[in-house]
Amino acid sequence: MNSWHPEIVLPEDEIKRALRRKTRRDFLVGGLAAIGAFGGYKWVRSRKREDGLQWPERKILDMNGQLAHSYFSDSHLMPTYSRSDVGWLKPNGDIGMDEDADPDPWVVKVIADENGSELNLSLADVKALPKTEMITRFCCIEGWSAIAYWGGARFSDFTRKYFRPDLKLTNFVYMATPGEDYYVGLDMKSAMHPQTLLAYEHDGKPLADEHGAPLRLVIPGKYGIKSIKRLGFIQYTNERPADYWGEQGYDWFAGL
Amino acid sequence: MQKLKLKHPAAIRWFHWINFPLLFLMIWSGLLIYWANDVYRIGPLHFFPAWVYRVFRMDHRLAEGMALHFVFMWLFVINGILYVAYTLISGEWRLLVPRSLSTFRNAWHVVLHDLGLHKPLPQDKYNAAQQVSYSGIIVMGVGSVLTGLAIYKPAQLAWLAALFGGYEGARLIHFVLTIGYVLFFVVHVWQVIRAGWNNFRGIVIGYELVEENE
Repeated sequence: MNSWHPEIVLPEDEIKRALRRKTRRDFLVGGLAAIGAFGGYKWVRSRKREDGLQWPERKILDMNGQLAHSYFSDSHLMPTYSRSDVGWLKPNGDIGMDEDADPDPWVVKVIADENGSELNLSLADVKALPKTEMITRFCCIEGWSAIAYWGGARFSDFTRKYFRPDLKLTNFVYMATPGEDYYVGLDMKSAMHPQTLLAYEHDGKPLADEHGAPLRLVIPGKYGIKSIKRLGFIQYTNERPADYWGEQGYDWFAGL
Repeated sequence: MQKLKLKHPAAIRWFHWINFPLLFLMIWSGLLIYWANDVYRIGPLHFFPAWVYRVFRMDHRLAEGMALHFVFMWLFVINGILYVAYTLISGEWRLLVPRSLSTFRNAWHVVLHDLGLHKPLPQDKYNAAQQVSYSGIIVMGVGSVLTGLAIYKPAQLAWLAALFGGYEGARLIHFVLTIGYVLFFVVHVWQVIRAGWNNFRGIVIGYELVEENE
């Protein structure tokens, strides 16, 4: 834009010409800007996909995740509710749960990346940890939410007990159903959050099949897609793990 | 005598036209997200009937909608902040913000006038109804950003969600504000058409051709 005059006063025929000149120039600039913006948008939308998402969008989502991660704190809690607030929880998703669950003997295989040590734990090993009950909002990535009542062991207690305490914590943890049909990746900070539970009870009763019997993760600080059901495999790792929905165009962090 | 009078500074014109596609994209991607759990209705009026998603091909695009929403939110918010900062620093806000309660009364008169029920009122650059709606839309924008943050991070920003009646409350307000933008858009475009070419050209080139008697 050229210099900025509050008023332009010119003889009659010149004013018409000045107006036409301005109009032509600014509509041209505007048109080019619109074409440029549209082209930029089309460029972004046609980039190669990374895990089901155009790489520029994937990069920004990962940056958003990093930003949220740096603000993330154990003292930022999902609000808790009372028993009378508890509602019905829609059992969404049953990937990796086609075989019947036999809680006895249930085996959770735990692998610590660094020394490759492998541990087979039973449900009793999880139940031996201090029991935590919580009533929190479960937020589905679809948009609905429900207040649910959970009982289980804190994943942080589990990690301190069964992951060698002399080892430095890894950056990530990978969890999967026994056949690895469904799997989630978590950053360690979120996994160690005090509201992240290895749950074996829902509504005061052992987990029903559709809620992931006999053991599932409940992580209210993330969308429900991360609260993996029928947990059979845990791996501590420094590589960012694969994530079922994260590979299909969704945000890997999915943090709330 | 005719002269060209500067109406909209270049900054305002850029902010306006940058906001237009960004707001459109935010609403569009928001609808792709909303499809996955489209629970809102007023009596028999359902937001939205299935054919709406079908016609605009908005179904089964949740991941895409979320990605677009959380990428373009940055540009939308930055443009909004720059616009507000500009109006504050340049003093333009004085022409935009209702200065007294009478502005609201006058705004009502402008509406009546537009409906042919009242004689016109004297006005500055923006009439009272424009002051109320152009300031209101900024308040709505702030509301959208805050409720958006509340549903984006209800654990980390639980206090913010609480401010809007919790996660569900914030989600509802976020949706209602979006419907508000659509209504604003309809009235805005209708008014621009009524005001004519000279006015519309003003938001592109900045100048309006005015007739002044000496």
